[in-house]
Amino acid sequence: MSAPMTPPRTLAEAALAEAFDAALPGLPGGPDARKLRETSFSKFYDAGLPHRRIEAWHYTDLRALMRTAAPLAEAPSADSLAALREKLAASAPGCRLVVVDGVFVAQLSDPAPEGVVIQSLASVLAAGRPDLIALLAAQEFGGADTIVSLNAALMQDGVVIEVAPGAVVAEPIRIIYASTACEPRASYARSALIVGAGASMRLIEEDFGAQAAQTNRCLIVSVGDEAACDHIVSMTGMGRSSLRIESMIVRLGARVKFKSFGLIGDGGVVRRQIFMRFDGADSEGTLSGVSLLRGREHADTTLLVEHAGTGCAGRETFKYVLDEEAVGVFQGKITVEKEAQKTDGRMMSKALLLSDGVAMNNKPELEIFADDVACGHGATCGGLDENQLFYLQTRGLPFAEAEALLLEAFAADLVDELLDEATGAELREKIVCWLSARGAAPAAGDAP
Amino acid sequence: MLEIKNLTVSIDGRPILDDLNLTVRDGEVAAIMGPNGTGKSTLSYVIAGRKDYTVEAGEILLDGVDLLGLEPDVRAARGVFLAFQYPLEIPGVATMTFLKAALNAQRKQRGEEELSTPELMKRVKAGAEKLEIKPDMLKRALNVGFSGGEKKRMDILQMALLEPTLAILDETDSGLDIDALRVVAAGVNALRSPKRSFLIITHYQRLLDYIVPDTVHVMAKGRIAKTGGADLALELEKSGYRDYVADAA
Ligand SMILES: Nc1ncnc2c1ncn2[C@@H]1O[C@H](COP(=O)(O)OP(=O)(O)OP(=O)(O)O)[C@@H](O)[C@H]1O
Ligand SMILES: [Mg+2]
Repeated sequence: MSAPMTPPRTLAEAALAEAFDAALPGLPGGPDARKLRETSFSKFYDAGLPHRRIEAWHYTDLRALMRTAAPLAEAPSADSLAALREKLAASAPGCRLVVVDGVFVAQLSDPAPEGVVIQSLASVLAAGRPDLIALLAAQEFGGADTIVSLNAALMQDGVVIEVAPGAVVAEPIRIIYASTACEPRASYARSALIVGAGASMRLIEEDFGAQAAQTNRCLIVSVGDEAACDHIVSMTGMGRSSLRIESMIVRLGARVKFKSFGLIGDGGVVRRQIFMRFDGADSEGTLSGVSLLRGREHADTTLLVEHAGTGCAGRETFKYVLDEEAVGVFQGKITVEKEAQKTDGRMMSKALLLSDGVAMNNKPELEIFADDVACGHGATCGGLDENQLFYLQTRGLPFAEAEALLLEAFAADLVDELLDEATGAELREKIVCWLSARGAAPAAGDAP
Repeated sequence: MLEIKNLTVSIDGRPILDDLNLTVRDGEVAAIMGPNGTGKSTLSYVIAGRKDYTVEAGEILLDGVDLLGLEPDVRAARGVFLAFQYPLEIPGVATMTFLKAALNAQRKQRGEEELSTPELMKRVKAGAEKLEIKPDMLKRALNVGFSGGEKKRMDILQMALLEPTLAILDETDSGLDIDALRVVAAGVNALRSPKRSFLIITHYQRLLDYIVPDTVHVMAKGRIAKTGGADLALELEKSGYRDYVADAA
């Protein structure tokens, strides 16, 4: 074999290498963490930014989309944190954990509820508990993605939440992401959620105000046997020229109930990728999301769902509302291993196209090695139903109002179906807010 | 008063209504009967303002105003109501939310004040009770998972709440059981008033036993072929439409 060819480096790749070398001495963690960072960065750098010839990134060509790498965000100043404290005062209920520009800020955060231990990623890396480090490294599943590797290399901080076995956490735990950067900056947070056997809890992740121009976030979730875990992430704080990559790596034990819902409400380029693996038997995993896009926004949701345990039910439902010149991407791959008999997998994507300028790319994929399974997928793409619009108009609703009502119904019915009343109401409000701004905002958007 | 003059309508170049003339006076209950595919639903859609049809000629006057240039919602605010042959399911829209939006949209267009939620609830509850609509149906998404008969009742409830001046009922009786037919007919009869006209499209004489019409029109081949009193319906029941479809166009 000839010597491996070194691909020419893009400006962004070169800048990332430089940023990594400069940041490495200051990034948290001991020698083990440093080794993880170095191997992770090489993994990323050898492959380079993912591009259209990498199958999982075909529709979101980062090499083309990411022209520059913004410098790493600096630690927030005391003044900006004080200002943030004021603004946060009226935030929603639950145990609040605040992450500013990728860094967990204890003094803005609430104490952990009973049965829960909360630490910053930095302190976990420093303490070096092998089980936590192994979990955070996520080498076996999901870790093959080079963008997840880049996150491991540069992870600045994050939160590590451990829920004790059997604990019932009534109030939601709410991670709030904020940014104080005025210039375009990059932030890399990596967090973990470990739900002990038989425990039940709800994690909400949400944006507070504008986010850093380039964010690469990773959440690693491990749900123990018989536990119940709901996860809600709402991404609404991105500017039109921003780039956001959100990875979630989930492993489920046996007889687990896991639900995750994501709202993408804006952003220049957004990529949400979920790697979910059913390790145990008889679990239920539900992944869902709504993307609301206008201007030249681009949102990609890519799933890899692996069934290794028997008798598990996987439900994946993703909806898109695309207006103006927006681009939606849905890629879902379900694999069923030989042992995973009686798997019940159903995947669906539904896109509402509101203008001729939009594009929706759908790529479902099934890879089944077991013989006794029921798996299926479907996709719909189209405009609003003319008959429904007419029906509403004959009842007196002007066209725009009829359209708004149907749009809200399309976008929000997953919210009603999957979430508890309080969280559902929060998200419905965000959806209504997006819809009411429709047409009001200028259509332009810069590419990142 | 509804006056339809020389109405010719086609769809994709194919004529469906052919120089149709029809008048329904204030307070009049007019029934339209006629063979399948003759254009009855088309007529009701065109009056309500559906866009898929091409109006080649004619006018539709409601109280002297031509409806043809108006949007469906404007027609609704002017008093047109259509109970659909097949009411639509609207997933994700709670029935109560929809009723409130519809009522207030019409009030707004007429320059009236919006109804308060308690006042609306009161009206809806009273209307629902009369039509024997179970309260839990009002909490569900509009018409989703409703039985055929339940959907028809929901349409009549909307009619009662919206208080139209021209109510068109397109085969509201189809799919109703005997008891539901009585309930719906009572609902319609309660709304009969000197100010309100009804256009009732049906295939069955039985509905007209409960809602006794002032006039009965036979529609065939896209036009009104014969007009008579309530006894015309009884006659049709015996003879069928033979005489109306047989003759050359
Ligand atoms: N959207 C449409 N596209 C094509 N043809 C149509 C459309 N709507 C109606 N038609 C045709 O127009 C004719 C009249 O249909 P319409 O539904 O008005 O009849 P109808 O009298 O209501 O019949 P029925 O008694 O069966 O309800 C039929 O031949 C029908 O196929
Ligand atoms: Mg019909």
